[in-house]
Amino acid sequence: MQETYNYKVVRQFSIMTVVWGIVGMLVGVIIASQLAWPALNFDVPWLTFSRLRPLHTNAVIFAFGGSALFATSYYIVQRTCHAKLFAPALAAFTFWGWQLVIVLAAVTLPLGYTTSKEYAELEWPIDILITLVWVSYAIVFFGTIVKRKVKHIYVANWFLGSFILTVAVLHLGNSAALPVSLMGMKSYSAYAGVQDAMVQWWYGHNAVGFFLTAGFLGMMYYFMPKAAGRPVYSYRLSVVHFWALAFTYIWAGPHHLMYTALPDWTQSLGMVMSLILLAPSWGGMINGIMTLSGAWDKLRTDPILKFLVVAISFYGMSTFEGPMMAIKTVNALSHYTDWTIGHVHAGALGWVAMISIGSMYFLIPRLFGKTEMYSVRLIETHFWMSTLGVVLYIASMWISGVMQGLMWRATNSDGTLTYSFIESVAAMHPFYVTRTIGGLIFLSGMFLMAYNVWKTATAADARAVDAIIPEPAH
Amino acid sequence: MNTVVFHILWTVTLFILFIAIIFWAWSGKRKAEFDELAHLPLDEEKFAPRVEKNTSGRKDNA
Repeated sequence: MQETYNYKVVRQFSIMTVVWGIVGMLVGVIIASQLAWPALNFDVPWLTFSRLRPLHTNAVIFAFGGSALFATSYYIVQRTCHAKLFAPALAAFTFWGWQLVIVLAAVTLPLGYTTSKEYAELEWPIDILITLVWVSYAIVFFGTIVKRKVKHIYVANWFLGSFILTVAVLHLGNSAALPVSLMGMKSYSAYAGVQDAMVQWWYGHNAVGFFLTAGFLGMMYYFMPKAAGRPVYSYRLSVVHFWALAFTYIWAGPHHLMYTALPDWTQSLGMVMSLILLAPSWGGMINGIMTLSGAWDKLRTDPILKFLVVAISFYGMSTFEGPMMAIKTVNALSHYTDWTIGHVHAGALGWVAMISIGSMYFLIPRLFGKTEMYSVRLIETHFWMSTLGVVLYIASMWISGVMQGLMWRATNSDGTLTYSFIESVAAMHPFYVTRTIGGLIFLSGMFLMAYNVWKTATAADARAVDAIIPEPAH
Repeated sequence: MNTVVFHILWTVTLFILFIAIIFWAWSGKRKAEFDELAHLPLDEEKFAPRVEKNTSGRKDNA
């Protein structure tokens, strides 16, 4: 009997990508509504913005994005290594373990348990579980690389491997903490003062660089060529920009701490390295887009390619905006305003979510023995809803953010502030409403996706099929 | 060697390594190989040269 790939865990993570996408974005729409209409927290502590906001970020980054990364990395590493997943029991553990982490997050964050470290809010017992899952993930992934039948390690696997390794180091470094008691949920960070802030943003920005960038670039380097039916535009560019990203990202964290107690030279270093980061980021963007050269006509008819190409365009846009915002004088205007929120969502919705959605539409039918989704027209509708939603979201946050920054710094001729804080809040209101509408449109698109996935997986001829591993040709 | 000197040497070493990677990747010798490797996800049957035995009892090219 011919050996097959292990698609079971890929199917599980793919379905949960859609489920957690809806949950995470729904919480996002709820907190966006609370900012526009504060009465919506109903004076219930568990529903306050302060507790739901980390639930939103954890759900979209680690539950939705994480599931998409687990699914695609397990698929890509098998398909490009011509090898079945190493240690299938551990792979199953990563699925159930990761789901447990997400459920624990959904329970503890609204209850108010938090380390107060951004994107690392989960308390120490959950951190230990994350470590166990992540080490298992590394064993499964690199174990599959070791048993590969193809001599070369395809570039997508380099990106995915660096994502797994770096996130392990980041999580262990930043989450180092001393629990108050072995029975309680409270812990104190191993670092203090400005060192704690620097370790936090070393973690935070490299989570952007390796979780939200390298991992999804791995996705791009597999699904973009597959969907376009064309090889990567420049393989050597992919090698060089991989190493450039790996060497540069690690320095960029201080741009989150401009004009703070962090030493001035560290801030300047962070700014310069953030500017340098533009080059490798655009190397990846150009490589992704140009993969379509010679096949541009496919863009007219294939909504999956539209998702992928627009995602890569948003990647290019937000990696241009990021270095600009890291310039100290620009940061003086943008920091602590909604501009940052707009920037993050250009990356999170435009790049991360859209490349995941496009990849899932390519992947899911293949996991159920079909060649395409139940409805291609619904993918097209979803694409336009997502695009419209992102544009509404980021445009309103740009305007609101720049306006906020300008109002906060405006002074009268005698040196007093022109505006009180509440005046800037009142001015933001229409943009908060617009942002909520944009988010709602993006979320609605996810419901279309869920319906489409449901119909694909439950079609009469759909079955959970594991593809056969190709035999060597000679 | 104190920590600062070590960090300086480490950073400079990595920088030189990166420059070396650029030269390696852009050398003419790599081009043909890279062009072929770019097809790895597309031509799945063509790759997998690591196997020297014949698993299914077939004789390979013999």
